[in-house]
Amino acid sequence: MTNHWVDIKNADSILIMGSNAAEHHPISFKWVLKAKDKGATVMHIDPKFSRTSARSDFHVPLRSGTDIAFMGGMIKYILDNEAYQKQYMTEYTNAAFIVGGDYSFKDGMFAGYDAKTRTYDRKKWAFALDENGVPKRDKTLKDPRCVFQLMKKHYERYDLDKVSAITGVSKDNLLKVYKTYAATGAPDKSGTVMYALGWTQHSVGVQNIRSAAIIQLLLGNIGVAGGGINALRGEPNVQGSTDHCILWHILPGYLPVPSSQWQNLDEYNKANTPVSKDPMSANWWGNRPKYMASLLKGWFGDAGTKENGFGYDLLPKVEPGVDYSYMYLFQRMYEGKIKGGFVFGTNPCQSVPNSLKVRKAMDNLDWLVVGEVHHTETSDFWHRPGVDPKKIKTEVFLLPSCQRAEKGGTISNSGRWHMWHHKAVDPMGESKPMGQMIVEIFDAIRQKYKKDGGAFPDPILALDLPGDYDPDYLAKKINGWYTRDVVDGDKTYKKGDQVKNFTLLKDDGSTISLNWLYSGCYGPDGNLSLRRDLSQDEMQAKIGLFPKFSWCWPVNRRILYNRASVDLEGKPYAPEKAVIAWNGEKWIGDIPDGGWPPMASGKGKYPFIMQTEGHGQLYGPGRMDGPFPEHYEPAETPVKSHPFSKQLSSPVMKVIKSDMDVLAKPGDPKYPIVLTTYSMTEHWCGGGDTRNTPPLLEAEPQLYVEMSHELAKEKGVKNGDAVILESARGKVEAIAMVTIRMRPLNIQGKTVHLVGMPFCFGWTTPGVGDATNRLTPSVGDPNTTIPEYKACLVNLKKADKVTELNMS
Amino acid sequence: MAKSFFVDTSRCTACRGCQVACKEWHGHRAVPTRQRGSHQNPPELTPFNFKIVHFNEHMIDGRVEWLFFPEQCRHCVTAPCKDVADMYVEGAIVIDEPTGAVLYTDKTKELTIDQANEVKETCPYNIPRRDEDTGLVTKCDMCIDRVQAGMLPICVKTCCTGTMNFGERDAMLKLAEERLASVKKTHPKAELLDVDALNVIYLVTQPRTMYYEFAERKADPMTRKQLLAKFGKPVKRLFG
Repeated sequence: MTNHWVDIKNADSILIMGSNAAEHHPISFKWVLKAKDKGATVMHIDPKFSRTSARSDFHVPLRSGTDIAFMGGMIKYILDNEAYQKQYMTEYTNAAFIVGGDYSFKDGMFAGYDAKTRTYDRKKWAFALDENGVPKRDKTLKDPRCVFQLMKKHYERYDLDKVSAITGVSKDNLLKVYKTYAATGAPDKSGTVMYALGWTQHSVGVQNIRSAAIIQLLLGNIGVAGGGINALRGEPNVQGSTDHCILWHILPGYLPVPSSQWQNLDEYNKANTPVSKDPMSANWWGNRPKYMASLLKGWFGDAGTKENGFGYDLLPKVEPGVDYSYMYLFQRMYEGKIKGGFVFGTNPCQSVPNSLKVRKAMDNLDWLVVGEVHHTETSDFWHRPGVDPKKIKTEVFLLPSCQRAEKGGTISNSGRWHMWHHKAVDPMGESKPMGQMIVEIFDAIRQKYKKDGGAFPDPILALDLPGDYDPDYLAKKINGWYTRDVVDGDKTYKKGDQVKNFTLLKDDGSTISLNWLYSGCYGPDGNLSLRRDLSQDEMQAKIGLFPKFSWCWPVNRRILYNRASVDLEGKPYAPEKAVIAWNGEKWIGDIPDGGWPPMASGKGKYPFIMQTEGHGQLYGPGRMDGPFPEHYEPAETPVKSHPFSKQLSSPVMKVIKSDMDVLAKPGDPKYPIVLTTYSMTEHWCGGGDTRNTPPLLEAEPQLYVEMSHELAKEKGVKNGDAVILESARGKVEAIAMVTIRMRPLNIQGKTVHLVGMPFCFGWTTPGVGDATNRLTPSVGDPNTTIPEYKACLVNLKKADKVTELNMS
Repeated sequence: MAKSFFVDTSRCTACRGCQVACKEWHGHRAVPTRQRGSHQNPPELTPFNFKIVHFNEHMIDGRVEWLFFPEQCRHCVTAPCKDVADMYVEGAIVIDEPTGAVLYTDKTKELTIDQANEVKETCPYNIPRRDEDTGLVTKCDMCIDRVQAGMLPICVKTCCTGTMNFGERDAMLKLAEERLASVKKTHPKAELLDVDALNVIYLVTQPRTMYYEFAERKADPMTRKQLLAKFGKPVKRLFG
């Protein structure tokens, strides 16, 4: 989230799209309803009428996978009706930037495409620079090559007729949403976008979110109270684990992972440290070498020296152009290229697309270590239905993990709040926190290397990791400390002193921090994640900002890019819900995005400090699939063409190829129904945990498929009947939930049916059904490789007999 | 003055936090359920489910109305179930005077199956359930242990949307009237259900018949005299 949960109550308009907030983030609705009480309009755009829709002012059904068409239509509406916030757009976004001559867009394709590698050469999309190397701008917005004009041209095609035909949304409904939401372009109004996996889990996932970012920037809704782009993240600590690098391509604090193309730290820094020639741009990532050096020093301690790049030389490096994410990992496993591995707190045999392939791939492992609270479809893959355990060679070690209430530590919520949670009870039996397991396993390996040596023991032996697990110590280290006495300006710091925050981190090895973003969480004032102080000043009280409750990254700033909430003089655009204001000497309210004076002083810096050019990106030349979001159909689509271009699906989406990764043809008559998959309130992710929690299994006991009365009639299915769904990859049994909440859509003049299923039921819980992901395809977004769980093609029929579901 | 619940169904998201928390607080075991084409599970109250959320969907003028109703004992101001039980086992059902809670005690085990069924049938809302193994007749106890310790009932404590409210009856009535006035602006058919007779006050947004069979009260509170006439039990059993 750019903002935070409480802040939702400040919105005048709430667009919930790609999310079923009331069901998957129930607490969010505390704040949504508070906004509604004050007169906000709540809109839910989603294929299914859900519990979210029930509490919204209106629900608009659309075909899964057509969000960009819908949002593109809104961009066009805002531009056509000049509903944008002009000063904000001109000054704070890159609307006025001139794009270089190489950029073009023709019939669905951007300039620079290489069909062989299925990638774009993004250099073709660069901005035009002046003689000083600063992007050229035309603040009149008239230059035909400025972003504003190119954007207008790009979205000219997204008219109501075309958008309606492909999304299945009526023109009335389109206009209702566009008009309501565009009204937040008034400087004193704000609108928030709440999204979740319904946007990310598409082959165009990143561009779904980009389209919302464009709308929010046009309407002046970023940095303001009640605004923002708000990714709703969940109990699995998605926010914290992303910040701390659970993903393969980043190190903690969003530092790129070392690659073999950068053999030493200097090369790494050179390649990954953006340079801006514009003195008004803070270009915050220019500080990256300080964060990287502090991270490396944190990992390697005294063994990290200037000579070995503070330990950079000891790190493994990825190969450029190789994707190490989940779907590729399982492809390699399927090919027999992986011998063994560790699975902690995840259930890939249930949660990764094309589960039948994933399960088969596991058979190729020699060994597997699983850290889990319960037996799952992954820990028990070797005796799954239909296989002979005697024929599976894998040796499986199941390490019992304790439950969340049995361990202390921090968790980060969606609003970036870093909060300590206290242990309630001791772990049962031999179960342990996973952190403890990792530390113990590592220590055993270290002892073995110490004793026996090895081909390359240095990285193992050099690592500065204590043999015992202490979350308080780690929180301290994440914040960082001085490795030696340091004189910084007029201040002196002693070796071992906690660093105040990341603005004091150095690139010379004198500081450590395991995650620069979190530096400040445990400074000289102690562990701020423990704070539960609700005090606030009058200005903060107006917008529900609690600066002394827990701590939030970065530097306790509760609303990101908040300097975009004020005009050039530092006056809030929305005085009644001001986030910050310049009082003549300093900023008051929230912690500003840098303390520089307002822009009009001539000494200010552009508010979007994380962008090299300092401006919000209407035009985003950094993404793999184009600087403007463009509608492409899902990899499996019920249509053979769409009205925006001849390019049916994303030319750069990731498609895994194997004999088991079969895709249905566009408009395939064998699989005419669109399937979308989702979580539910009562079960947690793949369900491994909650299926073993009896009151939750009581409330949602078995796999179901939600379908319209029209489809049910067509298929001769009654509510409560068992049905069999089939995709090009697998079959799944489910109970039909026939409901008016699903409706057939009119797509390009034809009826298209949509069904929806949860993915949390698996065979280790008898009679509940098995993995829905046996149906979904191994296709991913080109930027993130997040799988396309939200749209694929299936067919269904009434079941003659069932084996996976208990029917009595 | 008694305590009351105010249940504002216009705010309910059917997250079922109340349903699950109720089970957890009372230490109730899970009952076996199956998916039958509805999210509503268990389909009705059981001896181990004092609270369930009802789901009902309707199409009104082309608009889906999905109605949620967290069902529980209404803690009647004059509880007909107590009157029936009193005829058979004194103290099987008691009223906690400070809160007005209608409480079923261990003595309900002394009721025969037929008597327990009579208790159930007398309830206009079909609330009481008998545990066949122990003979105990049970239902929502207003979390009397929590309330006496100065805490909120667990369903109220758990609710994040403001659907479940609990407090002094006056305060709840005031809140109910305020919310009704506000909700009526968008839902002209909104009403409060049987305010005078109950200590659990429901605000519904659609006609009460659209929720479920027992959302509409079937009978007025019966007087003792009517009860006597109905069941023809001896007076001395009642008062003796």
